[in-house]
Amino acid sequence: MEGLSFQNKQQAEALKQVNLLQERNILPPVPIQNPQSKLSPELRKLNCNPDLFRCTLMNVPQTQALLNKAKLPLGLLLHPFKDLTYLPVITSSTIVRCRTCRTYINPFVSFLDQRRWKCNLCYRVNDVPEEFMYNPLTRSYGEPHKRPEVQAATVEFIASSDYMLRPPQPAVYLFVFDVSHNAVESGYLNICCQSLLENLDKLPGDSRTKIGFITFDSTVHFLNLQEGLSQPQMLIVSEIEDIFIPTPDSLLVNLHESNELIADLLEVLPKMFAGTRETHSALGPALQAALKLMSATGGRMSVFQTQLPSIGVGQLFSREDPNQRSTIKGAQHLGPAIDFYKKFALDCSGQQVAVDLFLLSGQYSDMASLACMSKYSAGSVFYYPSFHHIHNPAQAEKFQKDLQRYLIRKIGFEAVMRIRCTKGLSIHTFHGNFFVRSTDLLSLANINPDSGFAVQMSIEESLADSSVVCFQAALLYTSSNGERRIRVHTLCLPVVNSVADVYTGADVQAITCLLATMAVDRSVSSSLSDARDALVNAVVDSFSAYHSTVSNLQQSVLVVPNSLRLFALYILALLKQQAFKSGPCIGLDERVFAMCKMKTQPLVHLMLMIHPHLYRIDNLSDEGSITVGDKTVPQPHILQLSAEKLSKEGAFLMDCCSVMYLWIGKNCSSSFINNVLGFSNYASIPQNLYQLPELDTALSQRVTSFVSWLRDSRPFLSILYVVKDDAPFKTNFFQRLVEDRTESTLSYYEFLLHIQQLISK
Amino acid sequence: MAFTFAAFCYMLTLVLCASLIFFVIWHIIAFDELGTDFKNPIDQCNPLRARERLRNIERICSLLRKLVLPEYSIHGLFCVMFTCAGEWVTLGLNIPLLFYHLWRYFHRPADGSELLYDPASVMSADILSYYQKESWCKLAFYLVSFFYYLYSMVYTLVSF
Repeated sequence: MEGLSFQNKQQAEALKQVNLLQERNILPPVPIQNPQSKLSPELRKLNCNPDLFRCTLMNVPQTQALLNKAKLPLGLLLHPFKDLTYLPVITSSTIVRCRTCRTYINPFVSFLDQRRWKCNLCYRVNDVPEEFMYNPLTRSYGEPHKRPEVQAATVEFIASSDYMLRPPQPAVYLFVFDVSHNAVESGYLNICCQSLLENLDKLPGDSRTKIGFITFDSTVHFLNLQEGLSQPQMLIVSEIEDIFIPTPDSLLVNLHESNELIADLLEVLPKMFAGTRETHSALGPALQAALKLMSATGGRMSVFQTQLPSIGVGQLFSREDPNQRSTIKGAQHLGPAIDFYKKFALDCSGQQVAVDLFLLSGQYSDMASLACMSKYSAGSVFYYPSFHHIHNPAQAEKFQKDLQRYLIRKIGFEAVMRIRCTKGLSIHTFHGNFFVRSTDLLSLANINPDSGFAVQMSIEESLADSSVVCFQAALLYTSSNGERRIRVHTLCLPVVNSVADVYTGADVQAITCLLATMAVDRSVSSSLSDARDALVNAVVDSFSAYHSTVSNLQQSVLVVPNSLRLFALYILALLKQQAFKSGPCIGLDERVFAMCKMKTQPLVHLMLMIHPHLYRIDNLSDEGSITVGDKTVPQPHILQLSAEKLSKEGAFLMDCCSVMYLWIGKNCSSSFINNVLGFSNYASIPQNLYQLPELDTALSQRVTSFVSWLRDSRPFLSILYVVKDDAPFKTNFFQRLVEDRTESTLSYYEFLLHIQQLISK
Repeated sequence: MAFTFAAFCYMLTLVLCASLIFFVIWHIIAFDELGTDFKNPIDQCNPLRARERLRNIERICSLLRKLVLPEYSIHGLFCVMFTCAGEWVTLGLNIPLLFYHLWRYFHRPADGSELLYDPASVMSADILSYYQKESWCKLAFYLVSFFYYLYSMVYTLVSF
């Protein structure tokens, strides 16, 4: 009874009305908890981790009409291959699946008696196989519901040989380097080869792992690593119109057998092109050659590019007009210019090759066209604008650390993913980097732990006769040591038939992220201003739908349910994001990259990118701190993103996921500057400081442990910039204070008034 | 019996409408084939099948694309002929479809080569269901207009 009343209290709390125009402090000081669904506590305990699998509406409406009444999008956000600390791995020889819909057995099936189970997605009754009746963990017989597959919502099966019709592929890594004059100038090749040398033995794989290298400028160079050669040999192919592979083997060699030769190559490679004068870049032919090389096995191709591809097939031209940057019309070349890279990505996907792109250029390089090569082949895109190893040391450090993570992170090859849902629901759009092979099957040439996906659903039939709906995401992949594995996540949500319950279970962070991906699609297919209008309309529609369910509303209030109180703030933050901003000075490449990130980042990092966290750190104390390992990490409160929360006497840290800003007020106490930054006074802090020293003072230890705790929680390095109040790039800090007004955008309060005006129209 | 220009128009459109109906039926069969992947779910997971499936999708999409311009130009020819023959009622019935075709033609993706039916995005359920609905509607429209042209042809032949 006590548990039930606590649950009721939570539901009532979530449905409490909030008048946005009067509530000044809507942001809680601790990270947002996701809402609770109306499931019973036992089911809720078994349910999938919300970081892995999340729905925009935790209480699913019964009919499409009810969903339309609430005017909120229905979708799922997944992070299926996230690095997990605890993952039950099942090695049994029979994998129990439903006979009609092929769902894997999961904690939410019902056992009719000891011998039969009812599928929770298609309601068919299946038989329990004999082997399943025995539980190897407790050595007991006759209790199939105690087996580990039925006790955990996230499991990994080791697939039998039925799941593979060719032997699992070895790990194959091919690196394609741009060695034109531009590239060598920027110095990335040094960092790359150094990183590879250090991590060569940590690349995921087994004894069959293969590796190869291709370099290109105006011609394509293949590096022959044949056994018996004393040093690596370079074979140059200059007919880029009709590229061919010069030797049939020894371009992709076994990593362990040719270890010394590869190490020699990596030491010599940066020096080989040191004085090059070639300025052209034949990216297209190099990609075609690389694909020919990898067609037999599949694997991962990492492409490093520093300029627009200027000759050969796949040539691109500059489409950005610098004078148009300040108008919204300038943001029109958001889609690809030619379809070469898309066709290439589709070919790669068919051969199980994923293409990862590292773009390290200082000028416009048509990211919109180049990113297509990763989009459909399930690769990832990395962008380091104005990369230079001397002039931009912060970017160089980020590149090095990111490369290290990229080389040693877990990887799955030749993967497919299928998302199943209960009868009555259907999935109609997928978002992310993959190829859609069939209406419910996604073809992923590679799967990595840092990419997220989203899907949109619709309710085809009424769900009136079921009290819960379930979703199952099954990812079948080849692990780096040649095992075929299936990772299964199952999510269970209740079905409700009142609008109030739908609003109680609205997950505002998931809704914001799904709207962000939908807005990216809209900007590319129609225009950026259409996408911005659609975002504002999403807020207006859902708030006015709520108003129509509430009776006796006065005129000048903007009342929303407690679960959606941050919705307007998040949408305003999204409109001020780099991807959708209509203001001046966003380069086209940066905008397109921000859009790519919106579609592929998992929810936690995307929310941090949209709405950064602001902390005051000059007065960090140990109260409320947590202990991680042997260090105490202080937990300062999260502040609202407004200049009125800043103070000239303090120092503030803004965490935007891939970058962090440490703003020092003009009158900041010199004890802070001394103890944490190591400088004597405010004026002596240099302009481009990007590292915090580790000093022996208590405050310095607290600050560095807090910053490194934040940095450890994400896979790629967040660059830290120390921003003084008179630094030239302090606008980067101030424009992320989303609640404030700038010359071309509204403040938060003005945005609320604007929404209210649109609602009452 | 007067063999006017209008009667000649109707005869020609009758024959060409049969070919339009054939095109649309081809569309419907092609979408059904796109929607069905290999039956055995384990086979679907086989990496070797991925290339075959991709080639299948691309082949079907390129064949569909080849039919698009002939269909639009035949329908445009109808409208031109009816304008010349002065058959305003029939023209009025065909104008909405002409505008729809023009809208589809000018709203294709900007990367130039694909007129319609992009293999990378055609398999998502909402786009596929939109194409299927479009094909069924067009089939109904072309069938009705076939019988309408037949009636009009006999009417114009007999009426003077």
